[in-house]
Parts: sequence; structure tokens; C-alpha cells
Amino acid sequence: MMLTVLILLPLVGAVVTAFVPGALARLVGLGFAAATLVAGIAAATQYDAGGGMQLTETHTWIEALGVHYALGVDGLGLLMVLLTVVLVPIVLLAGWRESEAEGNGGAKAFFAWTLALEAMSLAVFTATDVLLFYVVFEATLIPAYFLIGGFGRAGRGRAATKFLIYQLAGGLVMLASVIGLYVVSANSGTPSFLLSDLAALDIDPITQRWLFAGFFIAFAIKAPMFPVHTWLADTTEKATPGTSVLLVCILDKIGTFGMLRFCLGLLPDASQWATPVVVVLALVSIIYGALVAIGQDDVLRLIGLTSLSHFGFIVLGIFVFSSTGGTGAILYMVNHGIATALMFLVAGFLIQRTGTASIRAMGGVEKTAPVLAGFFLVAGLAACGLPGLSPFVSELMVIIAAFEHHWLVGSVAVLAIVLAAFYALWMYQRTMTGPALTGVAPVVDLDRREVGIVAPLLLALVLFGFYPMPLLDVINPVVHDTLAGVGVAQEGGHQ
Amino acid sequence: MTEFVKPSVEYFELWPLLVVFGVACLGVVVEAFAPRGARYVAQVVLSLGGLVAALVGVVLVARDVQTYDDGAARGVLAIGGTIAIDGPSLFIWGLVLALAIGGVLLFAERHLDGGVSAFAGQASAVPGTDAETAAIAANREHTEVYPLMMFAVFGMMLFPAANDLLTMFVGLEVLSLPLYLLSGLARRRRLLSQEAALKYFLLGAFSSGFFLYGAALIYGYAGSMDFAAINEAVRNDVGSSSLLLIGTGLLSVGLLFKVGAVPFQAWTPDVYQGAPTPVTAFMAAGTKVAAFGAIMRLFYVALGADRWSWQPMLWIIAVLSMFVGAALAITQSDIKRLLAYSSVAHTGFILTGVLGLQATDQLALGEISSVQAVLFYLTTYGFATIGAFAVVSLVRDSGGETTAIDRWAGLGKESPVVAAVFAFFLLAMAGIPLTSGFVGKLAVFSVALAAGAWPVVVAAVIASIVAAFLYIRVIKVMYFDEPVGDGPRVAYPSVLTATTIAVGAAVTLALGVLPGPVLDLAAVAGEFIR
Repeated sequence: MMLTVLILLPLVGAVVTAFVPGALARLVGLGFAAATLVAGIAAATQYDAGGGMQLTETHTWIEALGVHYALGVDGLGLLMVLLTVVLVPIVLLAGWRESEAEGNGGAKAFFAWTLALEAMSLAVFTATDVLLFYVVFEATLIPAYFLIGGFGRAGRGRAATKFLIYQLAGGLVMLASVIGLYVVSANSGTPSFLLSDLAALDIDPITQRWLFAGFFIAFAIKAPMFPVHTWLADTTEKATPGTSVLLVCILDKIGTFGMLRFCLGLLPDASQWATPVVVVLALVSIIYGALVAIGQDDVLRLIGLTSLSHFGFIVLGIFVFSSTGGTGAILYMVNHGIATALMFLVAGFLIQRTGTASIRAMGGVEKTAPVLAGFFLVAGLAACGLPGLSPFVSELMVIIAAFEHHWLVGSVAVLAIVLAAFYALWMYQRTMTGPALTGVAPVVDLDRREVGIVAPLLLALVLFGFYPMPLLDVINPVVHDTLAGVGVAQEGGHQ
Repeated sequence: MTEFVKPSVEYFELWPLLVVFGVACLGVVVEAFAPRGARYVAQVVLSLGGLVAALVGVVLVARDVQTYDDGAARGVLAIGGTIAIDGPSLFIWGLVLALAIGGVLLFAERHLDGGVSAFAGQASAVPGTDAETAAIAANREHTEVYPLMMFAVFGMMLFPAANDLLTMFVGLEVLSLPLYLLSGLARRRRLLSQEAALKYFLLGAFSSGFFLYGAALIYGYAGSMDFAAINEAVRNDVGSSSLLLIGTGLLSVGLLFKVGAVPFQAWTPDVYQGAPTPVTAFMAAGTKVAAFGAIMRLFYVALGADRWSWQPMLWIIAVLSMFVGAALAITQSDIKRLLAYSSVAHTGFILTGVLGLQATDQLALGEISSVQAVLFYLTTYGFATIGAFAVVSLVRDSGGETTAIDRWAGLGKESPVVAAVFAFFLLAMAGIPLTSGFVGKLAVFSVALAAGAWPVVVAAVIASIVAAFLYIRVIKVMYFDEPVGDGPRVAYPSVLTATTIAVGAAVTLALGVLPGPVLDLAAVAGEFIR
């Protein structure tokens, strides 16, 4: 029941927010987001770090198709749930005034769609039935579409359409694989979409490869990976920073989440078979994303592209099949969520003040707005993996695992650290340092509300940078189980 | 010469059919004798009453049907074996009747166009003449549309239940002829409407000719018009197989024309666009349901043993329909034409389910069957289509309905509810989860894949992506584009259209979230009587 409540709270909140009078909408919406946060934390306290699917509930949904309403979380799911419930209230607070601005679709719509998106995302991370997962996976797109299309800069309608087409295309390719799983399970006796039933199937290698292709293409689009990433930059450029946080920090995690749970979990042989291609694509994403980011002039576009590089790291960590890599990847998913959210939100505050997102049109901000510049610097340093901030730990683990996999893979991946320093610091240098621009009003520093919004993210970065143990305790059983399923021998493995 | 045996007539089981036919005939009498002022109310009440009575009859019959002849199917063969009243027939009857009730409600709508219906004041008056002006000034409207529609409903019920080729042909004609007429009766843009009617009639007459020729060839092959006898002949491989093949091909032309499959789709955009929107709504939903019922009966019952010769043909036609329909829909600038081409694409998707036929013993326990999948898809498609066209009839400018897509820009601000409902129907057609369209797609793709038709499923997935683009494009125009001029206006409908839209949307949502009951109902409907 716990997880159902967790999903229903924001869903009900979305409907209520859409129908209460305009003045109340934001408060009501925030209230529901806060309640969801409490429910998420309550769920976490009931979770036992021993691993396995917990807080499960299973009901038959569509008997004729073997579909169940089945929920449950393992360590990976729990972390994603927590990331979601923490980020959504922050995004709502950040969009408090912005969504009311001229030309935007109104705060009520922004709050309602955000809550709807939160509900669907939570369902994605907790679904343990493949068809239920697919249904909510696709359902996230509708609120995302209206968030992109309704709020942000000119040209967002086109960006929203591009986003939706890309995602739907991926989803439909995955649908073919989902149906394929159904047919396989029907042929082996009784049709069922339950994850536990499907994991017990013995799927022949050729079929596995086809099914893998369907799932992987969908998740690669979602994550995103080279060469199906082109929706990312357009979307983050046109959408509001808050929407981008929801998309990049929460929704895109579904891609890597799905790779772990479905590609590795259900199709282990095919996953190993595909490793060389996936590793190369991940490396290309890492390097290409960083290189392209360096060349951007639009702050939001730049941040969006850095995520391409980061997701490359995550995918690389997953597909090197070692406990270091897997743990690093999952940790990276959490850290990337926090660090990128900070970066987007601070950049959003900056753009509100300067009225432009162009790096060339900014300069000398740190003189009049030192706090803003400070937050921006920390976010940038986190992106380039400074020790002491949490992304460092995960990046290091992935790189170590990459070297263990093959020295060449490791040496390519390590290049990205240099490139990351380049794009992050160079962006900071061009926007924040130097002489203040003449002819424009000086940039006002962050007020207390804004500091309050981004401070929790900064604290989390520092905390998990020095003390990642709570996260690792939750992650380790997942990695162990997943790798055992793939058949990789692990040091210290007891099964 | 054998002695003539008087066939027994199963009045109870035929009750729904007889009521609809009786009401249609009664409607003609009303038209002849009732005073002009009283006809509208009389006809609407009569048609609705007849349809509801027939629907009740369907439910009663469905509760009462017995297993037929120890087989897998339940039902009876009526009137000397010419009409099969079995599970699929009853399911389709119920569906056609429900859609027809929606159709009557749309036909009866008078609030949208200044107190008159969407039909021409006087069809015989040449457009642009004084006679037409006089008819408009007198606020005349044709009430013959109700009996015409009832005849069409009768045809739609007879067509899928027909158990021999001649009865099927009669059903085909009774369903088609009233629709030709109805298509030409639009109040506004009459020339377009009359052109549509003529095109529909000419092409339809041709396709009927093909069907009849095919029936003759099959008769030559099997020595009987009866489906069971044809099946027996195919099984025993009597006579010349080329007669059978050519006959099958010609019959297919006739049937595939009715569902608008490529390459027989040319009439759909013109007719959907030209016909009065209520007629388009009823025709698009009802014809497809009835014709797919007939297609399944012909292919499964009569030609089931010859599966290997018609399945490849359906593979090709299904793939062509999806791609041509989706691709041409993208290029349309008129919403009704766009929906027409999208219906062509849907024909392809439904055919994907039809070609997923497997022998019963190849299905796992609880696995979805082809008939079940197609019946479910038809339900989802029927309600979404009638609802979507009903919404189209609301969006207007000074010249009546405005169907140009770019004139719909800004609808999201002008009327959030109407735009949201229409967007919802479009999402259902695109097959987004939590709408009925998704479950329908899932069902037909599953049966096709289980039957080994993976190339068709892969093609269907790609076509779905193309189709998704066109629906999203319309949503983008409604919500994110700046309105042209003073923007679209939404006419507020009476309770009639509002009910149709609300029920369509409710069914679309319900079947998306909880499709279980209808899927089970389709499973209970079971097999055709063979």
C-alpha cells in the first residue's frame, strides 16, 4: 500500500491543483509535493538494506493479457524514488514566480503537470510488471510534453514535438520487445508480464538479442546516448530550467534504470553479447558530449549536453559488468541528479536576471552577485569531478572499472575529466569573471528564497562527497543480484 | 427436384435485426404521413427507441445462447443457415447499435447551426438557386436521414452475421446504399458533399460488382454459397484451385474497399470530408466494425482451411495500409481528411490482428485470440472515432464548420475542455498508454507476433511512429501555435452531442485503464460458428 499511496498523492494533487482557484493552486500543489516527500521518506524508513524487492504489492490488472498492477522497490528503485520526491518540491519552488511570467502557461498548469509527471515517474521506478512499466513510461511523456511546450522560450512548441516524437519512437520500438516477451511467456505456458515470472523464463539467445535491441534503443533514446541524443539540447535550451531538471535529472534516469532492470535483469546473455557496441557508444557519448558542450554559447544548451557525457559514464559503468562499475553507475545516477539540478536551477536564476542565456552576453557577475557565482562554481566543479563533492566518488569508480575492463576504455574515459574541467570552468570564467558588462543593469545577488531552494542540493553534494556510505549500503545488494543474474563472478560473492 | 422446405425463422434470436428493420420501414411511413412539424421528434424518438430495443434484445439473446453442435462456438444458425447468430455476431451487433445511438444523437443536433440540423434543407434543390434559398429560409430539413440510417444499421448487422455469400452481398448493399445518399446531404458546402456521394457511389458500385463476381467464382468452385460448404470444399480440395484463388481475390476487393484498405482507399478522404460530419462519424465507426466482422467471418469460416493463400495477401495489404495511411495523413491540411487517412492506417493495424489467426490448439491457456483482439480494437476505434468527429462538428467560424487544421490554432486557449477532449481522442488513436487505443494496439500486435507475423509487427511499430507524429502535430497546433485572425470559435452543443462526446471519451479512458471486462466479453464471444 505504501507505494500506491506514494503514487496516488501527487496524482490526486495534480487533479486538485488543476481545479482549485488560481491563487491557491501553487500552495496546494506544493503541499501535495511536500506530502509526497514525507511519504517517500516514510517508505525509505521501512526499507531494509538487505536487498531484494520490498514493499511489494500485486494485483491482477488485465487478466486476459497477464498484466498485473505490481509494485515494489529494490535499492535502485528506492534511490530513484527518493531523488524524485526531493527534486520535485525544489523545482516547484524554483518555478514559483517564473511559471507566472508573460507568455507562459500559468503557474496552475505548471504545478499540475509537474505533479502528474512526479506520479508517473514514481510509478515507473516502482513498477515490477513489464507492461505496467511500459504504460507509465509512456504516460510520463504527456505531462513532459505540455511542460516543455507550455513554458520556456520561443520555439518551445517545436522542441516539445521533437522531444515527444523521439520518445514515442523509442517507446514503440520497446513495445515490440514487450510484446515479444509476452509471446515468449505465452509459449512457455501461461502468459504473464510479471518481472519475477519473466526472469524465470529461459529465452533462447537469438530471441534475447532481438528483445534486447528493442529495449536498448528505447533506453538509449531516453538516457540519452549518442547518436539518439539530439532531442536533448533543443529541449533543455527551450524549456524552463525547472522542466529541464525534471527531464534530465529524473526522467532520463529511466533510461539507465531500465537498462539495469530489463536489459541486464531479463536478457543477461544478450547484454553480454552487446557489450562491445554499447561500451563504444558510451565512450563516444562521453567524449562527444563534452566536446560539443565546450562549443556552446547557450548556458542551458551547454548544461544539457554535459548530461550526454555524464550518461555515457553511467552506461559505461553498467556495461563493464563489475561490482565497482555497477555501484559507481548507480551512485552516479543519484549524484548526477543532484549536481545537474543545482546547475540548471542556478543557471535559471542567472538567466532571469540577465534576460539572456547567451554566454557571450554575460560577464563579471561575481562582482555584484558573489553568492550566485559561488553556487555556480560549486555546481561546475561537481560536474568536473572535484574530490570532496559527490560526483567524484562515482566517476572514479566507473573509471577504475573501465580500466579493469580494458585499459583503452579506461584511458578514453579519463579524457573526459579534462574536457569537463574545460567546459565547466571556461563557462564560469566567461560568465562570472572579467569586467562587468557596461550598459546593462548589474546582476542582483540571490535572495534568501533562492538560496533556500538550492542550498539543500549543495549540502547533499558535500555530504555524499565525504560520506557516501548510506547510499552504497543500499546500492551494493542490487549490484550483487544483477551481476549474479548476468553470471559474472564477483570478489566476495557468496552465492 | 427436391421439395421446397419452408425455413423456420428464429424470431427470438433475430429480434434485434427485425426491430431495426421494422423501425426503418416505419420511419418511411412516418415520413409519408406525418405533418412536417412533427416529423423531427417522431423520427428521433422512433430511431432511438428502436435502437435501444434492439440493444436490449442483443443482451437477452447473448445471455441465452447455447453451444452450437458440440463445437467451440455458441449460437444458432437462423433462417435455414443463412444468418449465423454467434458470439462475434452478437458482439458486433451490440457495438454497431451503441455507435448508432451515438449517430442518432449527432444527427439530431440542432444547436450548432442556428436551430437546424447538419443536413440540407432540400436535397433536390440545385445549390445556388432560388429553390435552395427558399428551403433555407423556411428552415426546412430532411428527416428522411433517420430511416436511411436505420436501414444502414440493418445492413451493418446483417453483413457480419451473414453465413452465405448471397446474404453477405445483400448486407453489403443494404449497408452501402443509404450511406451513399446520406453523404450527399450536407447543408453547407453542398457541391463538395454531392461530389463525395457520387464518388462513393460509383466506386462502391464497382466494388460490389467485384464482390459479386468473386461470389460467382467461389460458387463455381464449391458448388454452394454456404460458408460451411465452401469450407468443406476447400478442405477436400475439390475443383480448380485457380477458381478459388481468383474468387478469394475478388471477394477481398469488395470487402477491403469497405474498410478502406490500401489500394482501395481512394474514396475515404473525399467522402469523409464531403459528407456531413455526423454522417462521417457514424459511417467511419459503423462501417469499419461491420465490414471487419464480415472479413473475419469470410476468411475464418469459409476460407480458414485456405489460410496460406490469403494470409500473405493480408500481410502486404496491412503493411501498405499503415504506411500509406500514416504518410498521406501527414500531408493533409484538413482535419477530416487527416482523420480519413488515419482511419486507413487503423485499417492496417486491425488487419494485423486479422492475419494473426492461429488454430485454437496453438494458443496457450488464457492467451489472447485473434477474434478477441480484433473485436476489442474495433470497440476502441469505434468510440474514439465517433467522439473525435463529434468534436470536429463543434469547431466553427462564420462559414460553418472550420476543418482547416491551421484554423484550429489557439483552440487550447479558446476552449480548454474541447481541446483537451480532442487531444485525448488523438492520443488514443496514436495508441498512448492509459487510453483504449494502446490496449487495442497491444492486443492486435500480440496476436500477430504470436502467429509468427513479426515482419508485419515491426512494420506496424514503425508506422505507429509515423502516425504518432501526425496526431502530435494537431495537438501542437491546438495548444502551442498562435491563432490566425480571430481564431476558432467553439459552438456550444446541446445535450445530444455532448452526451456522445462524453460517452466516447469515457469509454476511451475506461478501456485504457480497465480493459479487462471488454476483453473478457470478447473472449466469451468466442469463436464463429463453423
